[in-house]
Amino acid sequence: MASVTPAVSLRGISKAFAAVQANRDVDLDVMPGTIHGIVGENGAGKSTLVSILYGFHGADAGEIRVDGRPVRIADSAAAIRLGIGMVHQHFMLVPNFTVLENVMLGAEGGPRLDGRAATRAEIERLGASYGLRVDPDAVVGELAVGLQQRVEIIKALRRGARILILDEPTGVLTPEETDRLFEILAELRREGVTVLLITHKLREVMAITDHVSVMRQGEMVAHRETAATSPEELAELMVGRKVLLQVGRVPARTGPPALRAEGLTWRDGRGVERLSDVSLELRAGEILGLAGVAGNGQSELLDLLSGIAPVQEGRIVTGARVIDAARPADPAEMRRLHLGHVPEDRQRRGLVLSFEARENAVLGYHHGPEAGAGRLISPSALTRHCRRLMERFDVRPVAPRLAARGFSGGNQQKLVLAREMERQPRILLVGQPTRGVDIGAIEFIHDQLNALKRQGGAILLVSVELDEILTLADRIAVMHAGRIEGVVAREDADIGEIGMMMAGMRGAA
Amino acid sequence: MTPLPRWVELGLIPLMNLALAFLIAGLVVWLVGEDPVRALVVMVEGAFVYPGALGYTLYYTTNFLFTGLAVAVAFHAMLFNIGGEGQAAIGGLGIALVLVLLDPYLPGPVLILLAIAGAAAFGAAWGAIPGWLQAYRGSHIVITTIMLNFIAAGILVGLLTGPLMRPGQSSPQTREFDPAARLPYIHDIARSLGFEATTTPLNLSFVLALLAAAGVWLLIWRTRWGFELRALGQSEPAAAYAGVPVARMVVQAMAVSGALAGCMALNEILGAQHKLLLNFTSGYGFTGIAVALMGRNHPVGIFLAALLFGALYQGGAELDFEFRTITREMVLVIQGLIILFSGALALMFVPVLGRVFRARRA
Amino acid sequence: MIDLWRDILLLFDATLRLSTPLIFCAMAGLISERAGVIDIGLEGKLLASAFAAAAVAALTGSVLAGLGAALLTSMALALVHAFATVTHRGEQIISGVAINILASGLTIVVGIALFQQGGQTPTLGPGERFGPIVLPLAGTLGGVPLLGPLYAELISGHSAPVYVALLTVPLVAWVVNRTTFGLRLRAVGEMPASVDSAGLSVTGLRYGAVLIAGLLCGLAGTYLSAAHGAGFVREMSAGKGYIALAAMIFGNWRPWRVLFACLLFGFLEAGAARLQGVELPLIGQAPVELILILPYLATVVVLAGFIGRATPPRAIGQPYVKER
Repeated sequence: MASVTPAVSLRGISKAFAAVQANRDVDLDVMPGTIHGIVGENGAGKSTLVSILYGFHGADAGEIRVDGRPVRIADSAAAIRLGIGMVHQHFMLVPNFTVLENVMLGAEGGPRLDGRAATRAEIERLGASYGLRVDPDAVVGELAVGLQQRVEIIKALRRGARILILDEPTGVLTPEETDRLFEILAELRREGVTVLLITHKLREVMAITDHVSVMRQGEMVAHRETAATSPEELAELMVGRKVLLQVGRVPARTGPPALRAEGLTWRDGRGVERLSDVSLELRAGEILGLAGVAGNGQSELLDLLSGIAPVQEGRIVTGARVIDAARPADPAEMRRLHLGHVPEDRQRRGLVLSFEARENAVLGYHHGPEAGAGRLISPSALTRHCRRLMERFDVRPVAPRLAARGFSGGNQQKLVLAREMERQPRILLVGQPTRGVDIGAIEFIHDQLNALKRQGGAILLVSVELDEILTLADRIAVMHAGRIEGVVAREDADIGEIGMMMAGMRGAA
Repeated sequence: MTPLPRWVELGLIPLMNLALAFLIAGLVVWLVGEDPVRALVVMVEGAFVYPGALGYTLYYTTNFLFTGLAVAVAFHAMLFNIGGEGQAAIGGLGIALVLVLLDPYLPGPVLILLAIAGAAAFGAAWGAIPGWLQAYRGSHIVITTIMLNFIAAGILVGLLTGPLMRPGQSSPQTREFDPAARLPYIHDIARSLGFEATTTPLNLSFVLALLAAAGVWLLIWRTRWGFELRALGQSEPAAAYAGVPVARMVVQAMAVSGALAGCMALNEILGAQHKLLLNFTSGYGFTGIAVALMGRNHPVGIFLAALLFGALYQGGAELDFEFRTITREMVLVIQGLIILFSGALALMFVPVLGRVFRARRA
Repeated sequence: MIDLWRDILLLFDATLRLSTPLIFCAMAGLISERAGVIDIGLEGKLLASAFAAAAVAALTGSVLAGLGAALLTSMALALVHAFATVTHRGEQIISGVAINILASGLTIVVGIALFQQGGQTPTLGPGERFGPIVLPLAGTLGGVPLLGPLYAELISGHSAPVYVALLTVPLVAWVVNRTTFGLRLRAVGEMPASVDSAGLSVTGLRYGAVLIAGLLCGLAGTYLSAAHGAGFVREMSAGKGYIALAAMIFGNWRPWRVLFACLLFGFLEAGAARLQGVELPLIGQAPVELILILPYLATVVVLAGFIGRATPPRAIGQPYVKER
């Protein structure tokens, strides 16, 4: 161990954002020519740590060594000079630039874009030697996500990166694209590139890495050789206690259909078809899980079902109400039809972060008596209502006048859930209910969903976490490229088959 | 980010920004060779002390109240209405059309009510146009409102040099309206109640503006419409999720904003001039931006800011008489500096003060 | 026939003169906005630099000193804009409005302090302003039918800034589309995070763009008071900065199209001036006001997407904040 100098060595790195201690006294050694995983829950401080390494943020304390030499990384330019490259979770690409222009940006080779030909040749070479093939003249915004990610990798390599950081690279990829990415990473490792892979997916860490480090609440809690650990051990390290892996599924007593989608096809503002002929049936007393890689139409489907986006083709039926292009419904009407909606993005959609908790507690229901009996809004009614929700759903702190942004992710989510479940909805749409939520709150939220189901509620659960769907759902629908690839009962569900469907390879199974 | 104490955020920072604006304005005065302190004294006396000064100050305040409220209502929906000039001009046109067409036939009180309705309706319509363009065509409201200011000015010039021009005259203005169709002056009201009062252009519009301020408070913070408006302003996705009809709301918000700006014409046209003339808006619409910024879009703050600007305008006029080298345009300088420091640089002191107050607490 | 040709030439001649400040200002706006910084303050920079040019030219007797002062003044205001919006992430529109009002007040206050002429500067003499440049052979070729007057009236005889403005357009087009700086400029207006991640300075690029905009507005101001005019009068920018803004949008932030828009708007202004008081058959009095609001109307129509579509840079108006 001592004979080889680590490619990257961090000692005592600390970083605080105002009151939040994002990193605390973090140590890390990454050996050259290896793939090193960093795992941890959302908010464990992984992204902050690599941002510091890439010069996006300055550390408050600590030392960084690259190839044994102590360095100061004041900005990304310094990181690039040290041979560090980064593929961000959200790609840093200019959508209306070509691949060539994106790769050149910051490495243009002279004042008049003199390096154009050389860069083009380099893109060809990298494409040939690492399987990173992509058309240099394609406009990036029109490429598939997997290809955009290749452009990011090419960008980093073009700038001479010998240490490549990938921040949650697989979140937007299909299983097949993920496999391709891992082949590329393995190829890079053979060429001596050091890879730092940030993820919260244990399966991937086990599949590709040589070493793995675990972060929890801003601290580095363990380093392991991948061959000498197990997913169970890593999960326990991530969470800090033995994981009760299953809340347990409640047996379904399925009733009549509560909501039917029939042949929904939907195009976005640019005319791209996001949903193609989607049909679903949601029955009372069941949880229907909607699985799929992010960005395959789940969000659009939720928007249609909740009335946020207008139906273009096909129809939605609930009770006696038929919703189609000629007879649209808005979210206010859907709520009157007893539909609750816990949106995927609670910070942008589910809450107005600058509003007080008590105002958020009636968001969407502000025309009802919750906001006051008369024509005007009554502040005291707001406070009373909010306090009741907070006590029932264990939202802490019980502070109706605190702005929503002042609550933790889990408590924000509980507030949204409380609001949407308060009126005992017949139908509940739930998007990514536990994203960025701590373990304790996850159990609480899962329990609440099960409770509603037991009372006969029809629940559509959209999640990119397959484990969550397997835990809760009675039936599983899989989406890919705007289509429902198939629906299977939980009992018959086979993870391999679901994975194939998520990749759109239904026939291959 | 730990929030700063409330008194710092709502009291100290605005005051520091304001002080900086005045400090630099004072520097300008000093650079052109005059005594800034004396200039300030002249302005304060001119605004509050001389007979009738307060009346004039409140008269200007009325304009700023209306335009400031107009900017604030739109701002609560995160819409930047810098079209107050045009909306006020068209509001004035509304008054003029009502009175020129109807004042021979109807009694005064009815005319006044119709004229108020005309100002509000025309202003609302002129505000709703950019609102509609933003909501349904995606046109940037800042640019469209600027363009509509110029278009409104062009329309007014066209009408006042053409069909609406006072017969037999060549100056671009309408004939005088029937004296019955005037908002009463405050000095007339005061005298009829037995008080002594200096003659000033202050008229009943001031009371209307105060009522409008109270109404705006109620509308924004106590009605469900206001709830939706604020939700839209703070987060459009969340508003759409909550069932707010986003596009319609944008148009409505701009209509209300335009109506308030249009009502500025009540003070100038129905209250003071009694005829429609060119350029009567003279920048009050733009100043509304500064008023709303300083008043933090809250009616109480807007009243205080409007009063400040009213005093600046009235006191600034006094500069013309007292100094050879500084004139009322000095007020524009102060105004520009206030917008710069209270608006664009509003957060300049936050990091510094954050350090001060966090260090103290730690 | 000859007279008609002459009238047309004179109309185009006036178009060119009236378009010049628009071209400078619109190119300024284009550079700034392609970098993601909205520039409502074109008007204020134009006005302030017009004043500075005339004032310093009058005081020193040198038009070049006036030019220098105009550039410095306009760039100082641009610096304020950059400081507020880039460094302190202030609202770009508010900053622009502040600059416009500030310029409006300062020009008069300082003007009165310097010259005691109610805010005007003294009239500039021949050495204190840019005079017309008669191109070679203009006199000789003037007699050639058709093309002679074209050369003598339309192409020759303008002041230096007019020719500079026309050269600015290909220069801006080249810089934006063909140079490394231009690539970075466009990237910072579309996706500043990509620029930051590439190890480049978002702040530096935006400061650069805003200052270039200041420089170009300074040229416009110099032209206004020390070439087109002969001295500064109150509010002499008279909304030209806003028309330039309109032209920039009308031209969809693309240099050549923006030039076309500037010429079109200049033409409308020139045409309106010629029609002032003219009785037209059927219509009667020429609707001059109507013609003068056409640029604004046209811009609204374009913004509304009824003709073409205005697509501003993606990151426009948003201060850059690093993500956590």
